[in-house]
Amino acid sequence: MTHRPTNTIHKGSLTRRSLLAGAAGLAGATAIGFPSIKTRAAQTLKVGTYGGYFKDSFDEHIYPDFTKETGIEIQSVAEPTGEAWLIQLEQAAKAGQAPADVSMMAQVTRLKGQSAKLWAPLDEAKLGNTKNLEPHFVQRYDDGGIAAIGAVSWYITLVTNTDVYPTSPDSWKALWDPANKGKIGLLALATNSFLLEITAKAWFGGTEMLDTEDGQLKALEKLAEVKPNVALWYRDEGQFQQALETGEVPMGQYYHDVTGLAAAEGKPVRSVFPKEGGVLDSGSWCVSKASKAIEEAHAFIDYMCRPEIQATLSRKVGTAPTVKRSLLDLTDEEFAAVASDIPPIIPRYDIYAERSDWLNQKWTEMIAG
Amino acid sequence: MNGAPPKGLQQHSAVIYPAVMLLIFFVAPFGIMLAVSFYHRVESAFYEPAFELANYARFLTAFFGKALGFSIWIAALASAISVAVAFPFTYFMTRLGRPAQVRWLVLILAVLSLSEVIIGFAWSSLLSRTAGVSNILVWLGLMAQPEAWTPAFSALLIGLVYLGFPYTVLVLYPALSRLDPELAQASRMLGASPFKTFFLVIVPVLRNAIMSAFIMVFVFDLGAYILPQVLGKPEHWTLSVHITDQAVFQSNIPFAAALAIFLMLVSLALVSLTMLLGQQRRTP
Repeated sequence: MTHRPTNTIHKGSLTRRSLLAGAAGLAGATAIGFPSIKTRAAQTLKVGTYGGYFKDSFDEHIYPDFTKETGIEIQSVAEPTGEAWLIQLEQAAKAGQAPADVSMMAQVTRLKGQSAKLWAPLDEAKLGNTKNLEPHFVQRYDDGGIAAIGAVSWYITLVTNTDVYPTSPDSWKALWDPANKGKIGLLALATNSFLLEITAKAWFGGTEMLDTEDGQLKALEKLAEVKPNVALWYRDEGQFQQALETGEVPMGQYYHDVTGLAAAEGKPVRSVFPKEGGVLDSGSWCVSKASKAIEEAHAFIDYMCRPEIQATLSRKVGTAPTVKRSLLDLTDEEFAAVASDIPPIIPRYDIYAERSDWLNQKWTEMIAG
Repeated sequence: MNGAPPKGLQQHSAVIYPAVMLLIFFVAPFGIMLAVSFYHRVESAFYEPAFELANYARFLTAFFGKALGFSIWIAALASAISVAVAFPFTYFMTRLGRPAQVRWLVLILAVLSLSEVIIGFAWSSLLSRTAGVSNILVWLGLMAQPEAWTPAFSALLIGLVYLGFPYTVLVLYPALSRLDPELAQASRMLGASPFKTFFLVIVPVLRNAIMSAFIMVFVFDLGAYILPQVLGKPEHWTLSVHITDQAVFQSNIPFAAALAIFLMLVSLALVSLTMLLGQQRRTP
């Protein structure tokens, strides 16, 4: 799945420090007040997240505090996986309905909705906290208006079995090393492995080369060289995780947070951020243009961009923060559990939104041909 | 059933229920799929109603041709092996006493209850380097070190045969248990060896049952889409896997529908051809 709806991540205990930070945030917010919202305090906001782990975590750790502070009730909606939710939102919007006011969307679906002008443009003046975000999490329409705001993110990194590899390689180039013949597991689809981006960054200096068809073909050609090393092209996360833990497939690309959790449980695995950077994938908050709770949606998104909320998400849900590191109160250890200071590889969602069929075809021919 | 066409409302009403069910659960979904296969794919969104052949045209490339060829080849091979193993198995099973037959049938039905996913992951463990049977061979001194036997063509073939085997037995069982034992006895009395009796008397008599078992397992294996992902390498991904990719991961429903229709037409053609050949051989 491109957006991993059902992985299980750690639920750290609430620390004294985060409790204090939360209380401070609450006091501050009450002092400043939310005039535009207080007048409509009885409003509810329908928020969609992927059903399962994400929805449960948000229901438990995020929504109650938001309601306590703003008086806005959250009606939590479970989104189906894949693009089905985009289609439902699109059909409903045509009839003037919004099954959810705010939805967490994977990046390619976010872009598709954007090109259909499905997302209500957001008012920057009401989203003061977005200045806390890394710039790529403020996603704009061509005219400069805000289309979506980064919600949560997670890393795909280089993982190894510690029994088979006493020391971990520090570069994505290890995937190409002939010494690793038949030892590697990679995600099977172009749109969830982001291996084209990894190839471009590791061998050609950056993902800009993927701007052109020539560059894309060149990256595919280089990527084809890993084929003899690959023992498993996986679609199912569980299949690779098991193979990694047993050492059957001792190296590969996988999710940083889940690998860390497995290591904490004593499994012989480790996740390392290669020097070229981990792949930073993410979900974004998008507001349906049919929503009648635009004000509340702004309040919610702004709330989610607060450093202390992002820190809570990192501690409780295991996601990487969308907020700049300097603004967070995460300890080095807490930060390392979900992210890294090495600049990430940002996937080129634009090329998958624009020419997915061509790329997927070339990709499949490359690995299955 | 007296073979006469039904007359009046009362006789017709008996077929109304199955007809309606067939319409709702088979004809209508199939019609929708057929219609969608001509729709226009909008890459940055979903699809829109249209009538175009682009989805079928895209199929006519060397890549999908190869995938189709491979799918047919491995499904045919797996069903041939299933039948070759299941026929003697079922034959000897029907010669056993009633209680023993029941025990075997219960076992076969138990295997039948396993899903493709469970079968796939079980075989992938059994054939793995770290936990698989090659470790036993190493322990016995037959191999120097354990090897990974999956993913591989042979692993996929084993999985498909395992998947098809219980169906083959269940299709062959009624015909074999009705087989008159006097046929074999007569053959033996006329001097034929047991081997000759089996291949020249029993197999030809049961040709139809063998053919139906083969066709059923062939179609069944052709639709397997988990086993090729779990036990096969990318070059072993069948057309069913590519259909799943298009429908689930790339949201290209029109192309997935076109691929599915094409796969269905090809399997229908193959099945008709097989039945036609079977009939022609019987007539002279």
